[in-house]
Amino acid sequence: MSIRTRNWLLLAPAGTLFLALLIVPLTVVLVFSFGERAPAGGVVPAFTLEQYANLPARWTAFKNTLTLAPIGTLAALLIAYPLAYFLAVRADPKWKTILLVLVIVPFWTSILIRSYAWIFLLGGRGLPALLEWIGIDGVRLINTPFAVLVGIIYGYLPLMVFPIYVSLDRLDKRLLEASSDLGAPPWRTFLQVTLPLSVPGIATGCMLVFILLMGEFLIPAMLGGGKVFFVGNALVDLFLQSRNWAYGSAVAVALVVIMLITVTIYMRLLNRLGARRDDVAIM
Amino acid sequence: MRFYALSVYLFLYIPIGVIALFSFNAGRNASQLQGLSTKWYGVALSNPFVMDALKTSLTVALTAAFLATAFGTMAAVALQGIHGPVRKAFDLLIYVAVMIPGIVIGIATLIGLVTVFDQLNPLLATIWPGGATPPKLQMGMGSLIAAHTMFLMALVIIIVRARLAGMDRALTEASSDLYATPFGTFRQVTLPLIFPAVLAGFLLSFTFSFDDFIIAFFVAGSETTLPVYVFSSIRRGVTPEINAIGTMVLAVSLILLFAAQILLRRGARPTR
Repeated sequence: MSIRTRNWLLLAPAGTLFLALLIVPLTVVLVFSFGERAPAGGVVPAFTLEQYANLPARWTAFKNTLTLAPIGTLAALLIAYPLAYFLAVRADPKWKTILLVLVIVPFWTSILIRSYAWIFLLGGRGLPALLEWIGIDGVRLINTPFAVLVGIIYGYLPLMVFPIYVSLDRLDKRLLEASSDLGAPPWRTFLQVTLPLSVPGIATGCMLVFILLMGEFLIPAMLGGGKVFFVGNALVDLFLQSRNWAYGSAVAVALVVIMLITVTIYMRLLNRLGARRDDVAIM
Repeated sequence: MRFYALSVYLFLYIPIGVIALFSFNAGRNASQLQGLSTKWYGVALSNPFVMDALKTSLTVALTAAFLATAFGTMAAVALQGIHGPVRKAFDLLIYVAVMIPGIVIGIATLIGLVTVFDQLNPLLATIWPGGATPPKLQMGMGSLIAAHTMFLMALVIIIVRARLAGMDRALTEASSDLYATPFGTFRQVTLPLIFPAVLAGFLLSFTFSFDDFIIAFFVAGSETTLPVYVFSSIRRGVTPEINAIGTMVLAVSLILLFAAQILLRRGARPTR
């Protein structure tokens, strides 16, 4: 058997799966988004832009996603950076690996159970009860944008810490020594040496978190109580409750297109700033 | 700085700890601790709905992780020696599979498969021999396994490829110079070197599939996986039983993940 045939055989199962479960389904979504809703719940093939013209009907979902996703990304960045810095620069090398693993592991555990934990903590008998005990009454936390934001930060913090850690860890520590030997105070070393050199990690972290947040469903569903909903929640509603496949497909296409546009603009911006993006595997 | 790090770790682990603590609640009120007992574990494990969902989840996760690891490793090895349009096409597909939100994958698989099945079922009925009732293609465990396998395979390819890229090419060249067959080289040189990554890929795939809610929510048809069961129970109210199930789910993935991390870190050391 020639190497060529061997490679084809090795790629055959992967190719078939990608074709049947990625290319064909995504094409169906694209085709349906131009179709018309069938009375029975399916889609009548057509070529109409009607579904896209109707997108503003779900404006609130898009607005919530496009405000809470960037805010959540930024908040996660602000909390993650000092931790990543500590792990890369300050932490005892003996403990570094285990500390890092402790950050990454929660990300791979069930986001459902982890968000559920916050229903528990933010619900009437959790934090609000604690606040009442110290004299602050009537605080409502669950089913607010704040609760969703906490869930987002909690869910995606590990994904932000890891790439920043990688770029800070890679940084040549002699540069920091040189900076302080030349008389720069620590804050100046940080602003002029450390921070610029960690931009690739920040860029990767923000992109990963932002992309995942755009398609989020569970966190708003669990902690937003139907009041704070994302495009993901609209999609579940359209496909599983009202069974409007044509319109739902248009919403899904719009989501992916917005995602692609934002990511492209973001990468262009970074390239213009001359920053390299670090591709790291969060595993 | 130390204090800050400690508080972030507390933020990450307190919620998990609270769930675990309350799962040992002796009382029936979910949010008031009334003594410790393991009785809710007993309740959860003797609930037939929970056990059914657990069985479905385990079957799906094991099958999907196994298939994804096998197909993904095969593809990663083949892609290593390929350049040109085929390689570019696969790179693009892997990228798309990982980048597209899980919810869109779920939706696309649902309407894509339902549409294809609607076409195939009448066809099957006409060509099926001898008047026997033909099998009806429908959404269920099979479609869920297929959807998970596709996504996880992309993940395995990425993990195994990273390991292959760090491998010293001279080793495989030496092996073939010494007259090993390509398969012999793979079995005796490549596979042992990439094995930690392959195993880690399997463990990550298993945990991902076991924990996945969103794809299963759309694609599982009338089957219920454990996360789907937990999600619908939470909507009916918080009970100590859910805390017990949640703790077990977290424990399973925590154990597998620590194993995967150790393997990946051990595997990441230079091989030269």
